[in-house]
This record gives sequence, structure tokens and C-alpha cells, in this order.
Amino acid sequence: MKSLLSLHKITKRYGEVTALTNVSLNVQEGDLLAVIGPNGAGKTTLLKIMAGIEKPSEGKIIYRGEDASKNLEVLRRNCTMVFQRTVMFNTTVFNNLAYGLKIRKLPKDEVKARISEALELVKLKGYENRQAKKLSGGEQQRVALARALVLRPQVLLLDEPTANLDPKTTSIIEEVINYANKKLETTIVVATHNIFQVQKIAKRAVLLLNGQIAEKGTIEEIFLKPSLTMASFTGFDNVFVGHARSTGQGTAIIELGDGLEIEAAIEKIGEVTVYVRPEDIIVSKAPLKSSARNILKGRIIEISDSGQAIRLKVKVDAGKIIVSQITRRSFEEMRLNIGTEVFLTFKASSVHVA
Amino acid sequence: MVRKMTSEILEGLRRALELIVSGDPEVLEVTLRSLYVSGTATLLAVSWSIPMGLLISLKNFRGKRILKGFFNALLGIPTVGLGLILYLFLSRSGPFGSLHFLYTPTAIILGQAVLITPILVSFSVSAIESVEPEIRDLAKTLGASESEVSFAVLREALQGVLLAVIAGFNRALAELGVALMLGGNIAGLTRVLTTSIALETARGNFELSIALTIILLSIVFTLNFAVNLLKRERT
Repeated sequence: MKSLLSLHKITKRYGEVTALTNVSLNVQEGDLLAVIGPNGAGKTTLLKIMAGIEKPSEGKIIYRGEDASKNLEVLRRNCTMVFQRTVMFNTTVFNNLAYGLKIRKLPKDEVKARISEALELVKLKGYENRQAKKLSGGEQQRVALARALVLRPQVLLLDEPTANLDPKTTSIIEEVINYANKKLETTIVVATHNIFQVQKIAKRAVLLLNGQIAEKGTIEEIFLKPSLTMASFTGFDNVFVGHARSTGQGTAIIELGDGLEIEAAIEKIGEVTVYVRPEDIIVSKAPLKSSARNILKGRIIEISDSGQAIRLKVKVDAGKIIVSQITRRSFEEMRLNIGTEVFLTFKASSVHVA
Repeated sequence: MVRKMTSEILEGLRRALELIVSGDPEVLEVTLRSLYVSGTATLLAVSWSIPMGLLISLKNFRGKRILKGFFNALLGIPTVGLGLILYLFLSRSGPFGSLHFLYTPTAIILGQAVLITPILVSFSVSAIESVEPEIRDLAKTLGASESEVSFAVLREALQGVLLAVIAGFNRALAELGVALMLGGNIAGLTRVLTTSIALETARGNFELSIALTIILLSIVFTLNFAVNLLKRERT
């Protein structure tokens, strides 16, 4: 694979605030790269720099072997970004999609053909004459994606493409992302704090923390072995800081505050940061008899559907919020709802420590 | 006494309507000149006020707030005050006296354009600033150059900018001070609706001044009605 877009020691400052520090990154042709990080880590700024919207304060951007740091229009013409907060021009869907094509001075027939093709892809066929601002949030997000795809960009930059969307829209958007990457061979960079989505779609990922790249690698490399930087990643669910004391039996009791204690298969004592993957937590309506050392009681406060998996936010009696992920099937079998009292069970060995 | 006055008004109104309906040449000429002078003044003011509005709202520079405050303060400038200042500039001994603009339609056009510049700048700045800032990033990522970005923002603010233009035209059409002091109310040359109304009333020639007032008010009301329609559509 050839290098398409690379960033060399990019630093971006807004007045006193430094959003990115010394970020170097290489995007290859056909890549599907995820940029993960908590809110405020600099993901959006990084994407805006790759899109040629923001000028870096320091560093170089190389696009197809040429320095594009001074000539942002090269980036603007080839790298198209879809924003987290959808913005629509106050006109029809057709005119929204036509904007970039008109700038590129494409012939009318081609504009029309490309627009209907793109709308079909996001399952909004026949929406040409609708007023864009009057569509629902999910429909607008799909129009935004179509508005980028219609330009057939070399690089598609997606900022939290499915944050706060309903499951149906999410699956349409994920499908389109996959289609664009595999069939249209579009290089894609997607910023997200949703690890489930990353595992589903991305090939490679970089972890951005406080404006710096903390980890690079395949999804497995980053996710399956939570390292120090990973655990300090507060954008993840189920990351807790607490105080560990030894049980003398190869495990430790960790006080997480508010009277909440969990047992972990660790030797470390003192200040620790721990992380439990949501899919390692078993949900039941009655307390389970098992060898698992941790059983917590709580109530479901939020249910979100991410395709085949259902994520439950449970407020445990001690007051902390713990996220669990279960299959759709068990969710339906247990007839869970917001307010349902549940027990969360997980093994001491599921508690990863930094 | 009261009855006499009422009948005088009614009689004036009747004759005024006759003048309008019959297409009296003097009424027609004054009306058309007013529309021409104030329309040209508005176009002239638009040509510098809208770019200025774009610059003030889209660029960050020192003194931006002071500049905005300056235009806001000038919104209600008394027309006679501005008339006097411009008179001093354009009079024969003034710095621009050699242009011989005084007592020509050009002088009124210039004066009214200056008069309504604060309205156009202030109103268009607030219209452009109310456009979501993300529109700029959107235009950029879709491939727009800097000038195309400004144009995209302007198009999103179009209704608000149009309101500013109509409000400016209205003020130019309805003002008296500048037209009187810089134009001199010369028949067949610089006489416009407001100056004729003032003159004919002073002369006791009520039917003509009522006729002209009806025309002036109809234009102003129609425009304000259009403005309200636009505003309702915006919300």
C-alpha cells in the first residue's frame, strides 16, 4: 500500500490552548483508520487539519508525496469531512449535494446522476426536493454522508459518524462506510469514542490522548491488552481509579469510593486504575451462584442498541455507573427495561489493571 | 371650524386621489425621481456595506467591537446633521466643491448612501453572525476557496441581508434632511417626494402634498409588509 496522506510533527494551537502536540500519522491508500480518544482529546482538530479546514501551527502535511501545508486547497479538494454536528445549507437536499460538484464545475447531467446514486446509497432515494433542514437528525446525517460521497473523495474523514443516532441510521451509516472503503476504495479515517464501532469497522487505530498519539496498532493490539495509557482513557466506560489492598490470596480488594469495592486478580496495592470490559460483565435478574468474585446490584438507567449488541448503563447501589454489554437475544429473553433491578457479575480476573 | 377643516381634508383627499389616478405628470415625475435617487443610493451603499459586513462578521481583528459599536451608534443619525456635514464638504469652498455635486441628484444619492450605510452594515453583520459558524467549515471541506466560503455564508444569511437592504431603502426614501440640504428641492432636477411634500404644504397646496404623502406611505407600508412576511418565514 502506498502512503496517501501523512502528517509530520503537527502541532495546533488556538491562542493559549494547544489542541495537538507533535502528531505524526501515516494514512495509506485504502486504509480504514480509527482515531479513538475521549472528548476533548483533539480528534476533531486532527480531522480538520487533514481536511484542510484548519492550518497547523507547526509541522508538515504530505499529500501524495507533495507538501500540502501551504496549499490547503489541495486537501479541501481531495479530503472531505463529515462533521459530528450535522450542518445543512438552508435549501433542498439536491442543492446540498450539488454544492461541491458545482464548485468542481461538473456537467449538469453528471451532477444529477451522481446525486441520485449517492442518495440511493444512503437509502434516501427520491429525497432530492425535500428541504434539508426539515429532515430528521438521522436523515440529515445520511444526507451529510451522501454530500461527501458524491464528491468521490480520496479520503473520507468521519467525525463520530454515529454518535447519538438511532440503531437503524447507525447500521445504514456503517454499511455505507464499509461499502465506500471496500467497493469504492475510499480511504477512510473515522474518529470515535465508541470502541464497539471501532472493533466492527476499522482495520487500524490510533489512540489520541490530550492531543498526542498514545498508541498505534491493530484494534486487537490496542484493545485486548489495556496498557497504562489505555486505562487513563476516561472516554471508555468502566474505567475506575481506586485504592487496592491485598487479600493475601493472590487477589486484591479495590475501594472505588462511595463504599464500592471490587475484587481483582492483581498483586499491586495502593493507587490503581482498573478497567472492566463491558462484555465481560454478566447481567442477571437474580443473584448468580458462581465462582465469580464480584456481584453488584443496581438499576438500569440507559439502554442503547448498537446492532447485535445491547449496552446497558447500570447505576449500582453504591452510586457508580457501570456499563455492560449483552447480546440482543439475552436482552429480549430477560425482558429488561429502564428501571429494572439487575445483578452484575464479573470475575476477579476480568478486572484489568494498569 | 372643525367641520371646515374636515371638509378641507376630505376635499384634499378627493383631489389627491384624482391626481394619482389621472397620472398627473408632476406627481409621476417626483415619484419616479424619488425611487431612482433612493434606489441608486441603496445600490451604492450595498456595494460597500455588504463586503464591509462580511469582513466585520467573518474576520477577527483588533477594534472589531469598537467598529460594530460605531455603526450601531450611527443608526439613528439625524438627517439634518448629516446633511449639514455633507453640505460643508460639497459646497463650493469645501474639500469636494470642485466636483460641483451640490444641488444635483448625485449629491442626494451620495448623501443617502452615507446615511443608510450604518443600517446596512449593522443589520447585515447581525444576519451573517447568526449563520451557524459550522457552515464555513462545511463549505471548506466541500472544496470551497476563501471567497466561495464567504459567498456560501452570505447566501445562508440572504433573508437577513435582504431585510437590511429594504430597511435601508425605506430610510433613504422617507428622509428629508439630506435631500433638502444637498438637493435644494429644485423643480425638475432634485425635487423628490419628501421635499415636495414639505414645500407644497408650506405653500398651502394640500391636495398635491396629500397625493404625494399617500404615494410615499403606500411604498413604505408595502415594503414594511414585505419585510414582515420575510421575517415570519425566517422563524
